[in-house]
Amino acid sequence: MELGSLQRRYIDFTSALFREGFLDNQYTQLQQLQDESNPEFVLEVVTLFFEDSEKLLNELSRTLDQQVVDFKKVDAHVHQLKGSSASIGAQRVKNVCMAFRNCCEERNQEGCLRWLQQVRQEYFLVKSKLETLFRLEKQILAAGGSVPVLCFLWPTHVETLSV
Amino acid sequence: MAVDAEAQFHVLAVDDSLMDRKLIERLLKTSSSFQVTTVDSGSKALEVLGLKEEDQTSTSALSPQHNEIEVNLVITDYCMPGMTGYDLLKKIKESSSLKDIPVVIMSSENVPSRINRCLEGGAEEFFLKPVQLSDMRRLGPHILKGKHKEQQQLHQEENSNTNHTIMGSSNNNNMSNKRKVMDEEILSDRTRLGFSSSSLNLI
Repeated sequence: MELGSLQRRYIDFTSALFREGFLDNQYTQLQQLQDESNPEFVLEVVTLFFEDSEKLLNELSRTLDQQVVDFKKVDAHVHQLKGSSASIGAQRVKNVCMAFRNCCEERNQEGCLRWLQQVRQEYFLVKSKLETLFRLEKQILAAGGSVPVLCFLWPTHVETLSV
Repeated sequence: MAVDAEAQFHVLAVDDSLMDRKLIERLLKTSSSFQVTTVDSGSKALEVLGLKEEDQTSTSALSPQHNEIEVNLVITDYCMPGMTGYDLLKKIKESSSLKDIPVVIMSSENVPSRINRCLEGGAEEFFLKPVQLSDMRRLGPHILKGKHKEQQQLHQEENSNTNHTIMGSSNNNNMSNKRKVMDEEILSDRTRLGFSSSSLNLI
């Protein structure tokens, strides 16, 4: 694919991610921390997020599957997941975690299992979107171009700084 | 190449999450090219600071122990297994050799009583996670204040009432600003707590 259309595709895809609430300003913060001395910073942090999250999701499954559920443990795991999703700007995952924690407080096993399913869904959704994003970036760089920097001004307004 | 004055400052970051350690390190290095050491627990932090368990209430010499590196600021997560950030804060403030090192606490939870407790325990600032580049700006004044205190102690015999009056007044601002923080938090939709204990501007 030609560079110009790759870059346009990238812009459209990223704008949609912000518009649909998959990512928030924290993701832009991460991008600002990436430079020539740390060219893979965002990828590295997001990879850690993927590893952490999948571990946590498995732990959550296990803990909620017990005869007697340790809700404190469940809450601790969800708290961790909420924290790491917030750190990379995975807004929808973070929001589901917040609701999930309310169920933990109510010690509602069935409710928690439903929220686990939700958080799992949101996680895999954002994971696949981020993987697409990284793939597009790679293609742009391989085609000799630069990755457009998106400027996140306020919640619903996204502009490009440069192409 | 000009040497940045802030490159001399060494920050010790404590967090049990690898992801958060990576983030805080990058934030610190990007914002002010600090020298950064990261550890994953409060006990490792105390090791780096040169404080062994038995030394907690040491009343020995003001100069640091022989085998640790100089640290100008400690930034620590609150929620950690074993020793919490608050426990670490207390240990540092109770140590005669370490008490003047500024400590900043980070937490992903906005709990006013927790924040209050930390500030009253001697923490300079309380950052809400996720920590941002703009938060890094608030560290400078505390590091400078810490450096000043250190120099004051080393030159105690010399004239003490020199240009440190700014430091003196900033401590009063500390208390009223801490109270103000509680109200700000209700107004801000991002619940970003912020106050600076010093009117000093970082170059």
